[in-house]
Amino acid sequence: MPKVIYKFGDDISTDVVYPGRYMATVLPIETPQYAFADYVDFNKNLNDKNYPEGSFIVADNNFGCGSSREQAASCIKGHGINVIAKDFARIFMQNAINLGLNLIVCPDIEANVDDDIEIKDNLVINKTTGKSFGIEPLPPARQAIIDAGGLIPYTRKKMLEQLKK
Amino acid sequence: MGMTIVEKTLAKATGQKIVKAGDVLEPKVDLAMSHENGALVINQFNEVFKGTGIEPKIWNPEKIAIIFDHRVPAESSKTATNQKKIRDFVRKNKIKKFHDIRADEGGICHQILPEYGYVRPGYVVVGTDSHTTTHGALGSFAFGIGATEMASVWTLGRVLNVEVPHTIKVIVKGKFKNNVTAKDLVLYLIGKISAQGANFKVIEYHGETIKNMSTSGRLVICNMAVEAGATSGIVPPDKETERYLREVAGVTDDINFILPDDDAIYSETIEINVNELEPQIACPHTVDNVKPISDMKGTKIDQIVIGSCTNGRLDDIEIAANILKGKKVAKGVRMLVFPASWNIYKESMKKGYLESLSNAGAIIMNPGCGCCLGVHQGALGDEEVALSTTNRNFKGRMGNPKAEVYLCSPAVAAISAVYGEITNPLKGGN
Repeated sequence: MPKVIYKFGDDISTDVVYPGRYMATVLPIETPQYAFADYVDFNKNLNDKNYPEGSFIVADNNFGCGSSREQAASCIKGHGINVIAKDFARIFMQNAINLGLNLIVCPDIEANVDDDIEIKDNLVINKTTGKSFGIEPLPPARQAIIDAGGLIPYTRKKMLEQLKK
Repeated sequence: MGMTIVEKTLAKATGQKIVKAGDVLEPKVDLAMSHENGALVINQFNEVFKGTGIEPKIWNPEKIAIIFDHRVPAESSKTATNQKKIRDFVRKNKIKKFHDIRADEGGICHQILPEYGYVRPGYVVVGTDSHTTTHGALGSFAFGIGATEMASVWTLGRVLNVEVPHTIKVIVKGKFKNNVTAKDLVLYLIGKISAQGANFKVIEYHGETIKNMSTSGRLVICNMAVEAGATSGIVPPDKETERYLREVAGVTDDINFILPDDDAIYSETIEINVNELEPQIACPHTVDNVKPISDMKGTKIDQIVIGSCTNGRLDDIEIAANILKGKKVAKGVRMLVFPASWNIYKESMKKGYLESLSNAGAIIMNPGCGCCLGVHQGALGDEEVALSTTNRNFKGRMGNPKAEVYLCSPAVAAISAVYGEITNPLKGGN
């Protein structure tokens, strides 16, 4: 069962997720190595592949605030990690949706490192504490991008439709 | 039913009569701005066309602006290679609103766009930079997007799935004390509503204080709206907007104002009186950790920074130069000044500001984002403290997670440079 691998508080900025000094690295295949670079042990564990795919980062409010850098979303996605937060900052959330990073908005989430987590029927179930928390569904407009497989295929589809007209 | 400025702007951009908060639209874009992260946009743009057999084509090169500012001149071969890739793309696609690393056209994107008249009232502006909110100062609906979303805009000329944001009305009254400025107002507001207080919303600024504020100040309050989580900040355009566009930006064609309806619906109204406002300081490590300067007096400083898309404009440099003229930056303190554009740099040189500052011991850096984002041009040592007129103080922001960054106005930064500690400009020093 997937576990919580890191627990953050409020207002985790994209400077924390992907420090500015690595911003010259832009390609999604190259960014994961710098995820949470200033959290040296966490970064090392990610890069050493010590966490199974599908593990969870849990955070409080406003995760991903600050800079619009898309590397903050691509670097987490590259490690196959999901993020559960009470809420997310706007640009980070949109970037994550555009790239297909799995974000879970769960306003009441309570979980600690090593807790077992299951996602089922619009609920986050903390198997360790036995408590369940409701997931806030994404607005339909954003869901459409996810359903298309991300913004690139979604845009490609729109462009081809436009050309037909 | 009345509409806010943003609702009206989006109605125009989608050819609809009425638009209300919560609607989902695909507005046409009037200006799409990128900087060095254009390298990622180009990559994603090419991905859109992959497998279609169609040659990648920009919807309208006239509406794209690319400005090098984040790492100028390049701090690494990797950046230089990205910049080269962008330069080649610009040439191939005939993008004219391109500002290279040159002293006859360069500067920070959020200064270049207003200065060259690229942003106007009623425009929908997107930028691959969170501080794109800045351009609401000229009455445009301007917001930050990611690189992949920009690739989509370059392809289609519209932003897909924009949820019309609710608007918070902020009414500002009163007259600032001398040396209290727009920066203190916006720091106070962020402290009051928190870093999440305007998430997914627009802040529309009203009141006599805003009417009397120069465009330079309006750029500051819209720039930092994003630090309260706002999608955008916006000021209803007026005579001052027109003055700026005509006199500074040299705009000669028609300027069309979009103003909010009297019965527009706001999600919240906040009133602030600035009569008694004292200078504000955002303390580490969040921008909403704001305290009045009297609580922070005496905090020792290692590096002072004046500049950025928030406070590197001519009036900011003027304030600093007037305070530092004939004085010295305290021993052991480094002071860095980054004018926001080369036009500002040259104007500051002509007026003698750069001479006053450099005689005091400040280093005049080349226009650009400088050390704000922690890449180059002024790293901090372990346990060092910076006092900066920039916009973010997150852990590690200036390149070192073991350092601290305090944010303030140019007046506070300049007087604090003299004493080597946080000092109240209202008291004229300690």
